[in-house]
Amino acid sequence: MAAEANPMRSDLGLYDYLPWPNRPKIVWPGNKRIAVWIAPNIEFYEYDPPNNPTRTPWARPNPDVLQYSHRDYGNRAGWQRMMAAMDRAGFRGSVSLNVALCDHHPEIIKACADRGWEFFSHGIYNTRYVYNLDIEQERAIIRDAFETVRKHTGQELAGWLSPALSNNFWTMDILAEAGIQYTCDMFHDDQPMPVKVKSGKLISMPYSLEMNDVIVYNTQKVTPRHYGEIIKRQFDQLYKEGDESGTVMCIPLHPYLVGQPHRIDAFAEAIEYIASHDGVWQTTGREIAEAYHASGAYDAMNAAMSAHNAANATEKGIR
Amino acid sequence: MSMPDNYLEYPARRYGMDHDRYEWSDLFKRKPIAWPNGARIALSIVTHVQHFPLDMPSKPFKAPGALSMPYPDFRYYTNRDYGNRVGIFRVLRLLAEKQLKTSFAINGIIAERYPALVQAVIEGGHEIVAHGLDMGKVHHSGLSEDEENRIIVEALRLLRETSGQKVEGWLSPGRAQGFNTPDLLAKNGVTYSLDWANDDLPYEMRTKAGPIVAMPMAYETDDRVVADEYFQSEADWVQQVKDRFDVLYRESAEYGGRVMSLPLHSWVSGMPYRVEYLREALDYILSHEGVWNAPAGDICAAFRSAG
Repeated sequence: MAAEANPMRSDLGLYDYLPWPNRPKIVWPGNKRIAVWIAPNIEFYEYDPPNNPTRTPWARPNPDVLQYSHRDYGNRAGWQRMMAAMDRAGFRGSVSLNVALCDHHPEIIKACADRGWEFFSHGIYNTRYVYNLDIEQERAIIRDAFETVRKHTGQELAGWLSPALSNNFWTMDILAEAGIQYTCDMFHDDQPMPVKVKSGKLISMPYSLEMNDVIVYNTQKVTPRHYGEIIKRQFDQLYKEGDESGTVMCIPLHPYLVGQPHRIDAFAEAIEYIASHDGVWQTTGREIAEAYHASGAYDAMNAAMSAHNAANATEKGIR
Repeated sequence: MSMPDNYLEYPARRYGMDHDRYEWSDLFKRKPIAWPNGARIALSIVTHVQHFPLDMPSKPFKAPGALSMPYPDFRYYTNRDYGNRVGIFRVLRLLAEKQLKTSFAINGIIAERYPALVQAVIEGGHEIVAHGLDMGKVHHSGLSEDEENRIIVEALRLLRETSGQKVEGWLSPGRAQGFNTPDLLAKNGVTYSLDWANDDLPYEMRTKAGPIVAMPMAYETDDRVVADEYFQSEADWVQQVKDRFDVLYRESAEYGGRVMSLPLHSWVSGMPYRVEYLREALDYILSHEGVWNAPAGDICAAFRSAG
């Protein structure tokens, strides 16, 4: 990793602190308590990707056919089950898209587009990272993503999840500069929060590590029924707190995992449970970002963080 | 340091797959498959029978289940060998009780070491599938074509000579393949492999020596994966097997036949405390109408004749 790109430091420096109680109130459209969005990662992992010195794409030498085929399951079989479950519960998806999938599997893109799903970018391939890229190379990826999604879907990208969650310190600045409205790469809050960038207005959109099926199944290694249970519990708590100020819950998915036959029903039941509550706004990442700005929440949160910083500085001065 | 510009070039960014082995295909848009006698589910039970050499190499990677303690690893060498001495006979007895004809994926070297085991499998009416030579001989792209071919030839020779069966099915140790593996398998008379985990139906792959069928084999409901990688209980394993079956069975009513695969290991499901959980899973599946149990080779043949 180039030292000038990512100098060692102790703080990410991308957001200010704001404690959960007594924040400016977020009011979602229709006075809903909670914005629930589902983010399927529709991904393409390469059979024979080039190596990146910071991260080797596959644990085994290329071709790692077991892991490759496991992921390919999502694009042959899993996505259909996932989509059917979401259709039944009335959820549109916000697709975290490896944009090369537009070239490889336009049939999947069309099925998503026909349902009015949003596409946001998850890089070109999930086997190409931004580690060790220079800033112009990383800008080229962002341009490619905008152009590819525009060409295949007519949509203008609003959101970004870095490929395989790889990042450089400048990543948020160049996303904002390119017109990206929200990033999914940070997990510090249950409400959207402004990100400190050099230009533009970038929001950190609550995505989730712990609701993410890849973490649940590949890292925590829990059972499908337990996944259904934690989705419902996460929802119950955020729904209750949403009575005071609007919250956001995201369920990030991977069709190769959640779309397995032994897993789909537990997930389907959980999202039907969510959809059965009146105070739920079933929405997309883009719509949440728009509502956040339109309701004045972005400006109010910024002001609250400035006030909090100022109060802190005064207190330090007194001490 | 920065990356060369060709890191941003994508030579295989095109319609379909990024290799030429097979075409992309949507499981839910295929012509429905009819299994023999109108069955909805083809039940494919594949039991791994494995030999882990005490001196197995750790490069370029170890197959799952590999010995992991300092050499000499008495612990896991003997625990895995338990499956060959005891565990497999528990599994065989249960399968016989249920009158099931299944597949046993056996390391070639087992035929030399334990011919009585191979005989017992044959006498149970089961199919022998080649599971590579032993668990220390993983297939990968670092092997030359000749080196890899020699392993395949030897594994097939041992199993064919000992069993008298044609041995046309293949499962690589650790389900690992190199770029050449499907070509070499087809060249040596293998008609199907169980390595690829991307489908719930068989599909054809291209090789230099004609087509080879990729047979479905579940990855995440494999008894060893659930027990030794996920550390989940036996009851959780049974539940997931049942849930998997339920969804495939339901889909078969609308979309045609499906394959329900059940990968087992003699040293996992053959443990005394586990084998009754296997019975529970089998009883559940077999309580449904329209379940056709057969060795993977027969399911593969039915797929070919249906196509």
